[in-house]
Amino acid sequence: MKKLKENKKLLILATLLGIIGVFAIITVLTQQGIINRYYSGILLSTCINIILVVSLNLTTGFLGQLTLGHAGFMAVGAYASAYCTKVVFASLPAIVSFPLALLVGGLLALVFGVIIGVPTLRLRGDYLAIITLAFGEVIRTILLNLSFVGGAKGYSGIPRYSNFMWAYFLAVATVIIIVMLIKSRHGRAIISVREDEIAAEASGINTSYYKILAFIFAAFFAGVAGGLYAHYMGIIEPKAFTFNKSIEILVMVVLGGMGNIKGAIVSAIVLTILPELLRSVSSYRTMIYALVLIIMMLAKNSPAFKEIIRKIKNKIIKKEAQE
Amino acid sequence: MSTVLEVKDLGINFGGLRAVDDFNLEIEENQLYGLIGPNGAGKTTIFNLLTGVYVPTDGVIKLNGVKLNRKVPSAIAKLGIARTFQNIRLFSDLSVIENVKIGMHNQVRYSLFQGILRTPAFHHDEDFIEKESMKLLEVFKLHSYAHIKASNLPYGKQRELEIARALATNPKLLLLDEPAAGMNPQETKELMETIKHVRDQFKISILLIEHDMKLVMGICEKITVLNYGTVLASGTPSEIQNNKQVIKAYLGE
Repeated sequence: MKKLKENKKLLILATLLGIIGVFAIITVLTQQGIINRYYSGILLSTCINIILVVSLNLTTGFLGQLTLGHAGFMAVGAYASAYCTKVVFASLPAIVSFPLALLVGGLLALVFGVIIGVPTLRLRGDYLAIITLAFGEVIRTILLNLSFVGGAKGYSGIPRYSNFMWAYFLAVATVIIIVMLIKSRHGRAIISVREDEIAAEASGINTSYYKILAFIFAAFFAGVAGGLYAHYMGIIEPKAFTFNKSIEILVMVVLGGMGNIKGAIVSAIVLTILPELLRSVSSYRTMIYALVLIIMMLAKNSPAFKEIIRKIKNKIIKKEAQE
Repeated sequence: MSTVLEVKDLGINFGGLRAVDDFNLEIEENQLYGLIGPNGAGKTTIFNLLTGVYVPTDGVIKLNGVKLNRKVPSAIAKLGIARTFQNIRLFSDLSVIENVKIGMHNQVRYSLFQGILRTPAFHHDEDFIEKESMKLLEVFKLHSYAHIKASNLPYGKQRELEIARALATNPKLLLLDEPAAGMNPQETKELMETIKHVRDQFKISILLIEHDMKLVMGICEKITVLNYGTVLASGTPSEIQNNKQVIKAYLGE
């Protein structure tokens, strides 16, 4: 028992070192000029996508409710935080106004999450998918017609505060918070809703409360990701937050495995980098992307592939044992 | 002996159908109570009424004097009624011990933020949950299965795990819906012992629905017979066995 706890402490230490190590390496490479602006842009988008995928995984993977409007929450966060840095907190220095703006963006997305979640999450079945789908489109259409944030022209002149450091540490924080949530009694309650709602209720779990909790957590992080995106692009348009964006995030969740955080991170990285790699063959890009997706999904679920993974794992374990 | 559960003139309509009518029941502390009746008599409906799944059309349900009408199932579970289901409802993708841990959800108080920030309260409470869950699994000899998936358990063990999960909520009254369904005579006999043991060890009242007469007559101290949603007879096992109306309902004229 004591040894187990010591092992756990070592694991935590190793993870922390890993997190800082990766950051240090990337920072050094950037300073040396090996990672140019284009690559660092991809890295930043990867971090944003990790936040989106891990947060969507909370509702779709752990809570088991299909939501199709994650881009809507992202849009709310993006526009709200952009408005904050441009207008509300314009007089404050960037180091204060940017995190504040992200927080406001996240919180506003959370408020929208409450507005949509409270009436719909009480229902069972597919209502949530339809309502969130509608929500995403409604938000986009409203933004299209709001002239004070640019309307269809897009909202431009947003200070470009996002950099790799912000995105990286926010992604890390998101992952840690969601993992900690999942591995607590509240997380177990969220998972029990997915497993069997009636049995969860009979075990004393207020399922409506936990559904809304998971839903607004996801909305909050989507809002923060939207804020990062807005301050990276410098200009945002409603058409960046279409239904397609929601589906793109959902695909990453499905590929990574429902309710699998590590898988979600890996698939967010792969599916962000893959389209960029395919730029050189731009006319076949979507076709290859689709093919790769299909192959990966098939491979992930094939017994032969699982066997290979298992063998590799065994080899690694054996090597460690020999050492 | 004080009354744990008091049900008065309970009734429910489903559209034009009166599924339960004028149902009365009193369960005392530490009592093992049987609810029997032919198929479709309304036994499971009564369980659903007691646990808040259905809202009664009329009548009163009181647990230790607290009215339960119009309370949601999770609130009723918190107040002290736990149940199992006729067709087992486990969290089948989760491990055996996780199932019990979910049952213990309301036994500890640490908040969402204490959980995310991993404060001492979190560690203290989680250690408590871990220990208590293990103890519960030991009662049912399930501790060696603690970390396997619940759906991989043999059928009889799944039924026992469901009882363990129900007990994890620290109930005053445990409702068992056909606990012996699908078990062979040997398993049923073991189950009878387990149920008695659970009652004595946890000092709770148990209300069970069962078709296996050997089990019901063997362990229940009092029995209520239900037919077409109304009470046909109530009494001790020997009274029920000699009741003419009961024999008629079960065997025909």
